[in-house]
Amino acid sequence: MRNLSTRRRHPLAGLMVLLVGLLVAGGLFSAFAPQSATAVDEDSRKVEAGRQLFLIGCASCHGKNASGVLTKSGNNYGPSLIGVGAAAVDFQVGTGRMPLTNNAPQAPRKEPVYTDEEISQLAAYVASLGPGPSIPGAEALDYKNASEEDVKRGGEFFRTNCTACHNSVGAGGALPSGRYAPKLTGASAKHIYEAMVTGPQQMPVFSNAVITPEDKLAVIAYIKAIEDEPSYGGYGGGGLGPVVDGLFAWIVGIGGLVGVAVWIGANGARVKKQ
Amino acid sequence: MNDHDDIERAEPIENPGVPAHLPRPTDVDPKQERRAELQVSGMFGVAGLLALAFCVFYFTIDRDQTFLGWSALNVALGATLGSALLLIGVGAIQWAKKLMGDHEIIEMRHPVASSTEDRAETLKALNAGIDESGFARRPLIRNSLLGAVGLLGLPAVVLLRDLGPLPHSLYETVWKKGMRVVSDVSGTPIKPSDLEVGQLVNAEPGIIFETDADGERVLHGTEALQAKAKAAVIVVRMRPEDITPAKDRENWGIEGILCYSKICTHVGCPISLWEQQTHHVLCPCHQSTFDLADAGKVIFGPANRPLPQLQLGLDGEGYLIAMGDFQDVVGPSFPELKRGPKS
Amino acid sequence: MSTYSPIEDTGVGKVASGPVQWLDERLGLAGLAKKNLRKIFPDHWSFMLGEIALWSFVVLLLTGTFLTFWFQPSMAETTYQGTYEPLRGLEMSHAFASTLDISFDIRGGLLMRQIHHWSANLFMAAIIVHMLRVFFTGAFRKPREINWLIGVGLFSLGMIEGFSGYSLPDDLLSGTGLRFVDGLIRSIPIVGSYIEFFVFGGEFPGDLIIPRLYMAHILLIPALLLGLIGAHLLLLVYHKHTQWPGPGRTERNVVGYPMLPVYAAKAGGFFFVVFGFTALMGAFIQINPVWLYGPYNPSEVTAGSQPDWYMGWVEGAVRIMPNWENTIFGWTFSWNVFIPAVLLMGLLFTVLALWPFVERWITGDDRDHHLLDRPRNMPVRTALGVAGMTFYAINWIAGGNDIIALKLHMDIFAITWAARILVFVAPVIAFIVTKRICIGLQHGDRERILHGFETGVIERTVDGNYSERHAPLESDHQYVLTTHDRLPALEAPAETDDNGVRNPEGRKARLHAKARDFFYSGAVDKPTTLDVEEAHHHADHTGHELPQGNEFQGVSETGVPKEH
Repeated sequence: MRNLSTRRRHPLAGLMVLLVGLLVAGGLFSAFAPQSATAVDEDSRKVEAGRQLFLIGCASCHGKNASGVLTKSGNNYGPSLIGVGAAAVDFQVGTGRMPLTNNAPQAPRKEPVYTDEEISQLAAYVASLGPGPSIPGAEALDYKNASEEDVKRGGEFFRTNCTACHNSVGAGGALPSGRYAPKLTGASAKHIYEAMVTGPQQMPVFSNAVITPEDKLAVIAYIKAIEDEPSYGGYGGGGLGPVVDGLFAWIVGIGGLVGVAVWIGANGARVKKQ
Repeated sequence: MNDHDDIERAEPIENPGVPAHLPRPTDVDPKQERRAELQVSGMFGVAGLLALAFCVFYFTIDRDQTFLGWSALNVALGATLGSALLLIGVGAIQWAKKLMGDHEIIEMRHPVASSTEDRAETLKALNAGIDESGFARRPLIRNSLLGAVGLLGLPAVVLLRDLGPLPHSLYETVWKKGMRVVSDVSGTPIKPSDLEVGQLVNAEPGIIFETDADGERVLHGTEALQAKAKAAVIVVRMRPEDITPAKDRENWGIEGILCYSKICTHVGCPISLWEQQTHHVLCPCHQSTFDLADAGKVIFGPANRPLPQLQLGLDGEGYLIAMGDFQDVVGPSFPELKRGPKS
Repeated sequence: MSTYSPIEDTGVGKVASGPVQWLDERLGLAGLAKKNLRKIFPDHWSFMLGEIALWSFVVLLLTGTFLTFWFQPSMAETTYQGTYEPLRGLEMSHAFASTLDISFDIRGGLLMRQIHHWSANLFMAAIIVHMLRVFFTGAFRKPREINWLIGVGLFSLGMIEGFSGYSLPDDLLSGTGLRFVDGLIRSIPIVGSYIEFFVFGGEFPGDLIIPRLYMAHILLIPALLLGLIGAHLLLLVYHKHTQWPGPGRTERNVVGYPMLPVYAAKAGGFFFVVFGFTALMGAFIQINPVWLYGPYNPSEVTAGSQPDWYMGWVEGAVRIMPNWENTIFGWTFSWNVFIPAVLLMGLLFTVLALWPFVERWITGDDRDHHLLDRPRNMPVRTALGVAGMTFYAINWIAGGNDIIALKLHMDIFAITWAARILVFVAPVIAFIVTKRICIGLQHGDRERILHGFETGVIERTVDGNYSERHAPLESDHQYVLTTHDRLPALEAPAETDDNGVRNPEGRKARLHAKARDFFYSGAVDKPTTLDVEEAHHHADHTGHELPQGNEFQGVSETGVPKEH
């Protein structure tokens, strides 16, 4: 037998065996390995697309690695986004607050700059940087099927946690130094949920451990219920309370009645003597 | 005063007298008069119809119906009632302006003070009465009467004593050592791991949600409200490095979690406008602002005393508890503030 | 036009004569009736402002009575089971639950609630407008000082009545206001906590404050208001109403229209107009939607918490007050609350009540006044009034500082600081500006009396001189412009008499003289007879004709007065 192997060894035989072995092993592996290959590709494409968008539109304030940018005096120029989660991005970019166009005491709600798909890509990118709150699913936002008990309970949570800043009908409220709690009318259920769970800018965080997703849904159901209900007594004056009522009492009430008084006391048409 | 002054001080322009009456079109033209009459009676007629319409709407419009986003019943009832009233009023005024006699009439004023005769008669009657009563001549009767009537004021005042109890519990709340800090409305206790940096929890003492053997709340109705009015708290979480604790209170927080009274020290409104980045909490009533990262110090507004802090601890199961009642007085100041057990 | 037959001859009159006779034999009212049926009232729109308040009060009584049929003034707990879904199943007081029932389950209940609240706001606004009219026209002078005091009493009682009224539903917004009152009472020096426990019957909120406020709101204060309004009107009828200066009007007469029929129709008609207005506001504009605030809970609050507008100035004063509090001999004095909430209100009502007497002391004028002042003719009084209004207004605006900050995108702290400064500076500026305006108007009046009004027609003489032609005012108008008191001769009292003895009243008299100087400073006196004659003389020389009397028909294109 020794004659066979000694005469058959080629200088490159060992290399060939190695190559064949690798090819066989690799081929067997790719043929029989689980199909997650395509999913991983899609996710990572989304993250990559998000990263590209991020570099163009966000990195100038938030840093190339989203780890934040500090000013020379150490103040926050753009905060770090590591760990804020997809929910924060969906909220900030979805309500148009980000990208910030002007220097202002706080970012105002405006027309979103990015499409829904782009927002989803940005969210995926930021989510990939570190664990954080995720975008709520449809079940967590199904306020239309909330029961009467849920709406009542949501009202209790709303009046305890939210009205101090946002006012009884969600008309908004003033905060120090030009900041404000924005009005809630017109905000989508998803954005309300995300705001509660991420605590944008000065708004505190209401984590799911303290205000559970069911409680959050109850709050959203209440907000939507009072937004949709008729303004029973008539024109509501923006829900701003006695200040507006006083303006109406003076302008419509006193203004109108003094006008009537002027009419009562006025001399009517007279016939001149012939 | 000499003649010159008299001339100086005489009226420069004479009173021209009440202007002559000028007739109105309705006074001279029968067609205008008829038109005004129809106008006025027309308004009254429509007002009557509107009053009837009110009654019809009351019984036919359902409470659930809406009109342009408002309550249909309210709009219908109010519009008919208001218009009916308005038309009656406008009609009456138009009647007066267009058809009633509009000659200006002069009436002389009488002197406001009583005449000298009346005054003299009154004095005579008064003197006669006083003299006959002997009020002036009998000081014993007079003074004892005045004394008695004066003293009668006392029962009137004394009867009000039971309007309320004397002040009590000004320095204490329901918080006790070991009592759990629970989330308001849900009543669930809180673990430090439940809270993130920047979180705010509106919380109450555990006793608010405690139930007895029958499942009834231990504190309910007025008692619960009275307890909440002093014991409501907010729990906030900040980064520990941002916090400057008060002297001797360095261990009152847990991993950057602090608990403060929710009741403003100005006039007692509940505060929970917490700004998670500036760490300021603002009261919506009169804008008193407190820095919770700096021992609740007042940084703006009319409140004078810093927000009282509650010492936190952990119980055996890892939930947040109070380590005792507040050490500062909760809520608005009162005069004997510094005379009690705390200040 | 049909002729009139006396009422006793008509069918109706014949039927009524029996009952009228029956009543007269028991009441003897003909004496009263004969004097008052044709009583004369002068006719001017500015005299109807008090009427707005009066008729609003009647509307309040009517709608308020309706509300009492269903409202339950109890703080005992109940579970709401009414129509309004978002609150169904919630624990709340009977007061709040019955208010919800009135709003949603009683037909017309929401309308009556809203009419009631709108007329309350209107009542207070009308009182203020009426009070300002009386102040600026000097109608508070003798013999009407007592009526002015009654009015100040009505003003203060009205504020308390309104506050107690809107606190009754026990909702979050008004409950927060009650919490403020709790802190306010505590700030009363020495006895604050005792009064607090007596008022609330224990610790805040207790279960007695709503029933107590209810008693005050439907019994005690309305009784006081009715009594004061009755006295107010009685005095008005006895003194007869004041009137504006004008042709034929003197201090000794009243020129106007009789009670029956003209005044009764106009005033009665105005009642229906006021009621109709508030009903229409109740139909179309929502006010105090308590179901959106929720029941009162001491752990809850809403952003934009304000009291009703007439308490707004106190709210503003409390917001801008610096946080002064100190301890003297172990007693704590909360100046930050006590000064703006208690002392300031007391100051306002004291100043208002004392003003007629202060003005009387300054001017030394003890005569009866039935002709009104045109505000420009008392520049300092008018300027002081405007300064007071400005002070009130700055506090009022400060009370809404968070709404302003929110809606106008401003910094709430900056607004507070601006108010802190303006509340002292703005009234001074307002005083100066108003006084200057009044004096300017007086100058204009004087010019027009002496030289007529400017016609806009420019003449050029042969020498190249340009001048504007003037034409005389109607004599009615001229008379109005001169029917005010001449400025008194102001003499400082002698410091020492002829023998060099010092005047014992010296300092007081000096102060008095200074006050009078200040009060009359700058005012332009009306022209004397000599001035007018001289002016006419001058005009004659320049070739203008100056017809007097009421035939003035205006001027032609060339500035020549038209005549028949």
